[in-house]
Amino acid sequence: MNDPVDVLIIGAGASGAAVAWSLAETKMHILCLEQGGWMNPAEYPSTGRDWEAKFYGEWSSSPNVRGRPEDYPINDDNSPIKVVNYNAVGGSTVMYTAHWPRLHPSDFKVKTLDGVADDWPIDYDALTPFFEENDRMMGTSGLSGDPLSPLTHPPMPQQPMGLSGAIIGKAMNELGWHWWPSDTTVATMDYEGRARCINLGHCTPACAQGAKSSTDITYWPHAIRAGVELRTHCRVREITTDENGMASGVVYYDKDGVEQFQPAHVVIIACNGVGTPRLLLNSASNRFPNGLANSSGLVGKNLMFHPYAQIYGYVKEPTDSNRAPPTCLWSKEWYDTDLSRGFVRGYGVQFVRGAGPVFEAVVSEQKGILPWGEDHHRVFRKLNGHRLGFSAICEDLPEEHNCVTLDPVLKDSHGIPAPRIDYTISENSRKMMDHALARGREFLETAGATDICINSPIPWGGWHLLGTARMGTDPKRSVVNEWGRTHDVKNLFIVDGSIFVTSGGVNPTSTIQALALYIADQMKQRLANLFD
Amino acid sequence: MSASLQLTRAQRDDLRTVAGMIVPASDAYKVPGADDPAIQADMLATLGRDTKLVAAALDHLARLAGGPLAELDAARRDAVAQEFRKHGGAAATTLVRVVLQCYYRDDRVLRSLGLELRAPFPKGYVLPEGDWSLLDPVKARAGTLRRAP
Repeated sequence: MNDPVDVLIIGAGASGAAVAWSLAETKMHILCLEQGGWMNPAEYPSTGRDWEAKFYGEWSSSPNVRGRPEDYPINDDNSPIKVVNYNAVGGSTVMYTAHWPRLHPSDFKVKTLDGVADDWPIDYDALTPFFEENDRMMGTSGLSGDPLSPLTHPPMPQQPMGLSGAIIGKAMNELGWHWWPSDTTVATMDYEGRARCINLGHCTPACAQGAKSSTDITYWPHAIRAGVELRTHCRVREITTDENGMASGVVYYDKDGVEQFQPAHVVIIACNGVGTPRLLLNSASNRFPNGLANSSGLVGKNLMFHPYAQIYGYVKEPTDSNRAPPTCLWSKEWYDTDLSRGFVRGYGVQFVRGAGPVFEAVVSEQKGILPWGEDHHRVFRKLNGHRLGFSAICEDLPEEHNCVTLDPVLKDSHGIPAPRIDYTISENSRKMMDHALARGREFLETAGATDICINSPIPWGGWHLLGTARMGTDPKRSVVNEWGRTHDVKNLFIVDGSIFVTSGGVNPTSTIQALALYIADQMKQRLANLFD
Repeated sequence: MSASLQLTRAQRDDLRTVAGMIVPASDAYKVPGADDPAIQADMLATLGRDTKLVAAALDHLARLAGGPLAELDAARRDAVAQEFRKHGGAAATTLVRVVLQCYYRDDRVLRSLGLELRAPFPKGYVLPEGDWSLLDPVKARAGTLRRAP
């Protein structure tokens, strides 16, 4: 049997890395188990001429398409939005767009302000120092002073506007609508050992330059230097409990596929909104027959994705195509509730600079705007390098029927039951998406775009996995308390996107990591009576 | 096992024919068609995980055509192609994607598009900084962040 550790973290992604780094100063014995391995930037797509083809196979954002041994399958047949994620040291920060808005103060008080969903048990101010700390650690770029966003202080200047940004800005100005340079985790100058962005053009499937922040190159080197142990290719099957109902450790499969037991005094789950409920439900026992920490029955419930309403078109001027980070500007024009729009809550917008030639050809052919035959070449030259996009990140409200359960048949390569997703887009979200598409069309037409196409929702757009182990003060209505400890198991913590109470209308990684740092700080303050 | 070994001769012939229908050669743009031997060789060499679906698509195509696609007259061939694309599902989509992803990385094609013949890394690209005075109207309008109680 392995020697017991003080703290066992499951998952080395966005939140696992942050909590490991923060707790390292306690000098406790901290171990992180990660089902994936270390990444090798020399193998990243942009190092090869076939970089775009890789997105359809080994570098697909869908674990079901990639099918690597490190991935686990997900049955998302009963969802119009498919789950995308990545399993490695760095987790899905290896494969994200690096767009870096954070939740707004009003997002923590949804019930009070708008009468829907629930308020968070904490407010924005509680997270402010951790947002700041996280921005320094991840290394953000942006322009401070956006009047419609929380005040941030990015340590690096914003990305260049590029060709696309200028077209976007002019059109938004003509319409009198808000836009602003996005905060991103793309380094625009050399920063903490990371080289500045050289515009490889596709931030999402990993950055060979290392300019995009992922936790394998930010938090983890610091955490390991501080003494945290990270074991890769170790897949946790279940969390075990003792006769007192406390977590006693985990059963996992090591890199050779050998079953191991790892005892621990504290267990922290950092597997995000699908992996975390899957693990809790797979940890059912006689003591916890409905799954661990699930006396509320809410483990796996209230899954929130952020349905994306995307609309794009083609302008006469050249755009940045694949020669720039895909996201550069955002808009918060429609972020806050305005009931005259016919729905409650709102959405953020991330503008899209363009696409590469293979993607353009494949998608345009599928949309029916790129013909077969003689006219193919003329039309392709009109489309390629001229795309401009408008993507609305619509706030998804929590609904219990949107859920993660265990699939009765599907299993991963270790025979562990895989997650199943049941999800429908709500009427409120549909109205919000339609509103966004109408505004996006106005924007595109103002920019002079033609051949306008829609993806609503973006089917492979389940990047944001939230709400399935929600935070709250009432054990009957939540899974973890206001500082991340599960109500049912007093040495079990959750620090990832599953603890979100509501989703806001922004990419969540900044807030996920701020929450992880906040929970680590709460744990450090309570070390003497952590289990009381 | 190489992908080329998994497609029959008849399937390879139909793949070449349908690829040429999707993207024919063009004198005007000085580009080969997707039925060009080098592009076809690239497709067969890199089919990999797509082999099964592409083979299924080609079988579907063969059933619709009732024989080698190349032997049909132009009108019948177009009708078969339209039917194939309309009702071919994921297999047809995969076949078309394989054709296009190999076509749009061919040196002759990229040159015709004015694109550099290289991987993005390590050279990258230069992005114009742009005129940030475009933001002035946004700053002037200001607006306020919604307050939380």
